Amino acid sequence: MNVNSNAYTYTFATVMVVLVAVLLAGASLGLKSKQENNVKQEKMQSILASVGVKVDRSEAQAAYDEVIKEVLTIRGGEVVSTDREIGFNVDMAGAIKAENMDREVPMYVANKGGENYYIIPLRGKGLWGPVWGFVSLESDGNTVVGANFGHKSETPGLGAEITTPMFTDQFPGKKISEAGLFQSISVVKQGTSTGDYMVDGISGGTITSNGVNDMLADCLAPYAEYFKNI
Amino acid sequence: MSTEVKTKESLFSKKNQQLLKDPFNDNNPITVQVLGICSALAITVKLEPAIVMSLSVMFVLSVGNVIISLIRNLIPNRIRIIVQLVVVASLVILVDQFLKAFAYDVSKQLSVFVGLIITNCIIMGRFEAFALGNGPWKAFLDGVGNSIGYGVILIAVAFVRELLGSGQLLGAQIIPLSWYIDMDKGTGFYANNGFFLFPPMALIVVGMIIWAQRAKNTKLIEEN
Repeated sequence: MNVNSNAYTYTFATVMVVLVAVLLAGASLGLKSKQENNVKQEKMQSILASVGVKVDRSEAQAAYDEVIKEVLTIRGGEVVSTDREIGFNVDMAGAIKAENMDREVPMYVANKGGENYYIIPLRGKGLWGPVWGFVSLESDGNTVVGANFGHKSETPGLGAEITTPMFTDQFPGKKISEAGLFQSISVVKQGTSTGDYMVDGISGGTITSNGVNDMLADCLAPYAEYFKNI
Repeated sequence: MSTEVKTKESLFSKKNQQLLKDPFNDNNPITVQVLGICSALAITVKLEPAIVMSLSVMFVLSVGNVIISLIRNLIPNRIRIIVQLVVVASLVILVDQFLKAFAYDVSKQLSVFVGLIITNCIIMGRFEAFALGNGPWKAFLDGVGNSIGYGVILIAVAFVRELLGSGQLLGAQIIPLSWYIDMDKGTGFYANNGFFLFPPMALIVVGMIIWAQRAKNTKLIEEN
């Protein structure tokens, strides 16, 4: 057999492509439900972590059902749905394409130790890809209880530091509105933050820090509107 | 016509051992062949991703080498590079999918770097230079050897960069916090060298390793 003839080359390429396609498609289909479950559990973990409930991924579902009392879907300060599944399944990547007051975005109401907390999802752009996170507020709808962030592909040691306690520990106690007027929390150059409305950024991770800054201003605004009304 | 009598070579004969050991020193893929520099710059800021990357490359390179070696007589010469690329890419996608399903935390750590394995020229280089002309067992040893040679340099560079750049190793603080300069209290004498967090420093560290290696092993020095 001449392995260098045209006919053989075409046959080889075709067979190879079909085999590889079947293999990869099979792996993708077979593992999909497991992967999606992981992603869902991780999301529950992050939601809970923002109010200080730390659980393993395997226990996330049970803890979520226990702590999260309500999932509201909000648009321009108004509640449009109270269905838990609709709220949880909102695709933030798609939602942030709309103007922030026109979005339908979820808010999780948690009850921990008799206190109510509001958990707000965030999504924005970092340097290399999307960044996201959750901010939790006290029942006054203004004071931050906790925050956590995630990212797809920020640089380790620089932008990726937004996920570390060094960055997130600055958030508790900060405020998002002053006398009913939405202020957001600004991420400023490292070492220059003062007062209730600023946190230090990451030095060497300026574009990621700016991304987090824009994300906070953009995503918190509709909720500030909601809290003004209640 | 060859009159050579074919004798069965033992699994770990001198020659086969050489396949494992050579990439470690005389023929190191990074410091001697200067391949795979791109990933050596990108993922050596911290030790942990560097270790995980080394292990993933070891898997992809040794399994890929064996696959290419098994089908080496069937591959049409004109499309061999494409075939190699398909083998690397499918292996990498499979690894990525399995990690996402069964080791989700590891897969989050690796994030984009899994994809970077495809572009690692060490892998294509070994397929082309070795696996296409040798049997599966030898190709396997060559794959393991080269990925160890690659991993050792990666981990060495990441060790230096994380220690000097962040004062940590594997995320644990190594430099005592009391050493750090505190402007408010006026104490301390130490600051992390932020330059180590940037890719150029990886190149300089690799350069110093090459320097040290050549000073010790003079046969690597080319004569002009």
